[in-house]
Amino acid sequence: MDDELKGAIRKVLPDVDCVIGWGPGPDPLRSAPFFMRKPEEVDAFVVGPLAVNNPAVFLPEYKGKKVGIVVKGCDSRSVVQQIAEGLVKREEVVIIGFPCSGVVDIQKIAAQLGQDIEPGMVTSLSISSDKLTVNVKDTAKTMDMADVRADKCASCQYPNAVVSDEFVGTPKEGKTDDYADLAAFEEKSIDERFAFWEQEMSRCIRCYACRNACPLCVCRDHCVATSREPHWLNQADSTREKLFFQLIHATHLAGRCTGCGECSRACPVGIPVGLFKRTMTRAAARLFDYQAGTNAETVPPLQTFATEEPTIKEREW
Amino acid sequence: MPGNKFLATADVAAWLGELSKTMRVFAPRNEGQAVVYREFDAAKGLELRRKPTESAKHALFPRSEELLSFSYLRPAFGAPEKEGETPSDVSQVQVKMPVEPMPTVVFGMLGCDAGSVTTFDPIYDGSKFKDVYYLKKRQATVFIVRACAEVLSTCFCNWVGGDPANTKNADVLATELSDGWLLQPVTERGEKALTSPLLKDAPAASEGQATAIHDNARKSLGDAPNLEGIDAALFSLFADNDFWQRQSAGCLACGTCTYLCPTCHCFSITDETSARNGVRLRSWDTCMASLYTLEASGHNPRSLKAARLRNRVGHKFAYFLRNNDGQISCCGCGRCIKSCPSSVDIRQIVKDALVQAASIAPPPPPQPVAPAAASPKPAAPVKGKGRTKEKANG
Repeated sequence: MDDELKGAIRKVLPDVDCVIGWGPGPDPLRSAPFFMRKPEEVDAFVVGPLAVNNPAVFLPEYKGKKVGIVVKGCDSRSVVQQIAEGLVKREEVVIIGFPCSGVVDIQKIAAQLGQDIEPGMVTSLSISSDKLTVNVKDTAKTMDMADVRADKCASCQYPNAVVSDEFVGTPKEGKTDDYADLAAFEEKSIDERFAFWEQEMSRCIRCYACRNACPLCVCRDHCVATSREPHWLNQADSTREKLFFQLIHATHLAGRCTGCGECSRACPVGIPVGLFKRTMTRAAARLFDYQAGTNAETVPPLQTFATEEPTIKEREW
Repeated sequence: MPGNKFLATADVAAWLGELSKTMRVFAPRNEGQAVVYREFDAAKGLELRRKPTESAKHALFPRSEELLSFSYLRPAFGAPEKEGETPSDVSQVQVKMPVEPMPTVVFGMLGCDAGSVTTFDPIYDGSKFKDVYYLKKRQATVFIVRACAEVLSTCFCNWVGGDPANTKNADVLATELSDGWLLQPVTERGEKALTSPLLKDAPAASEGQATAIHDNARKSLGDAPNLEGIDAALFSLFADNDFWQRQSAGCLACGTCTYLCPTCHCFSITDETSARNGVRLRSWDTCMASLYTLEASGHNPRSLKAARLRNRVGHKFAYFLRNNDGQISCCGCGRCIKSCPSSVDIRQIVKDALVQAASIAPPPPPQPVAPAAASPKPAAPVKGKGRTKEKANG
């Protein structure tokens, strides 16, 4: 599939400013966002379980230019939502899709490595369809892909690009998402949940990687989090302010979040901030029968109104 | 060496507990998937193997620090006005200074973390300006540095003058041996911190064992490239927008790199008020953010992330050097690489800059890195909002 994808990228390249995908990263366990402009640069393109980053986050920066983008299923949903919201023009993006088998979660690899070996000590790795083998100094450690795959992949409904101009490979079957993770979390009492978030948010460093890694968080330089006039958020190093921002972030993404999980992944101190957005995503599905990033022709429910919502039968009350 | 102490593994928590009675003790521990420096709590454990996710700089430079608190003394709404006092009289304000910092020990910080003080001192303890908030903490803090037995693929302290067993700015060097820790005092302050009866005189062989561990870590760092001329290279690439756009293409312009960085030291000041009371806070700021350079007119000289990343790299490897006797203000801890959500690698940018600069221009005329002899040393660059303003960091 790698070579076929490279072929598709080279085919698209003459018509676009660049093609965004994945390339070699700083260590064996990570790839990096990769911006290909010349055919020879495509040789270093990387795909597979290390193609973790969501390249859609960069698309709004290229407004007015035509760019190509290689997308996993989840990434494609971000692009679709960006198009639906007018953040990206359909005619300015060439989408290259492929069937995704899931990506790794480096924190899960870390857990498998145990307490005394850090991911940064891994010198090389090899991946087969269901195993991942890492070498640390002279010893090899093999783990099941199922144990190190990102959580989002376990409930992935759209492993193939939802919309694409080029599709390489045979489409895969999607899974269902029953929000079992949320249900498990909600078994805790309100007090326990609040204590959990207080503990988690206490180590937030307010770097806003969660916000900047989000392909739908487009206010960026004008975000309420850092605005001085009006002065919405206090700069104190307090759990209250940090949690406040997360609630703002989650409400701003209600009915827009496509669940790519980049906010949680980007967090340098491992706070599962994606849970907030997932709660809103489930609410949008229940209230408005809406799933973001699946149809570029629809308007997100909180950006419009309907005289009667599909799941709220007011007239039958 | 006389003064060397040995702390059995089983006694580490007891010793830190003992220190906690009279001092604030920061030590690394696991929290979620991160390793963070927190005030020691025996119940929450210690993490002395894995490398801390964050640096220990908040012991000297808190994320958000109260500079003073204030309350307006004007009468409550509706209260009868006193003679000579108007409700909007802001001169009627009571200001309180924060309490003095407690004596502090940072236990188990990495050598690269201690090296960060090298960057802070010229800024906050400069020849012209002295920052009392920093200085008081600096004087009250003992650094017990833990030598690295293992290095990560993102470690590059040896590129920038660091060492896995760095003792610069350390008060004690701690090395984990098979059954405990060898504690080697580096300063008098360090020696004074090692008086507990839990600490035994170190056996003679332990120093040799520690040296073997240090040498092994040094060896695993590999060879460092020659960074000579990196400042000149970066200055020559200042206007090379194409270079910086390529380097920053994958950057998300978040603050992870700057906030995890041991040597990043910029801050912003805000007054946080509620009704008639407030605090003046100094909080970490990041040159990756738009607000950092946003001017009152609305103009932003660094509106694009390319200019912001250029500033971060330039500050570490060029601007700071010129003002501080050739000192690179990067300690090579690699946290910005390890935790970057977009895998931006400052090592690669530095290497690319050397190559790019060599390819576009003949080698620049040799310039002394330390300008002290040629021109008077510029004033300590703490001004206004606390940003270091170099000549060409636009």
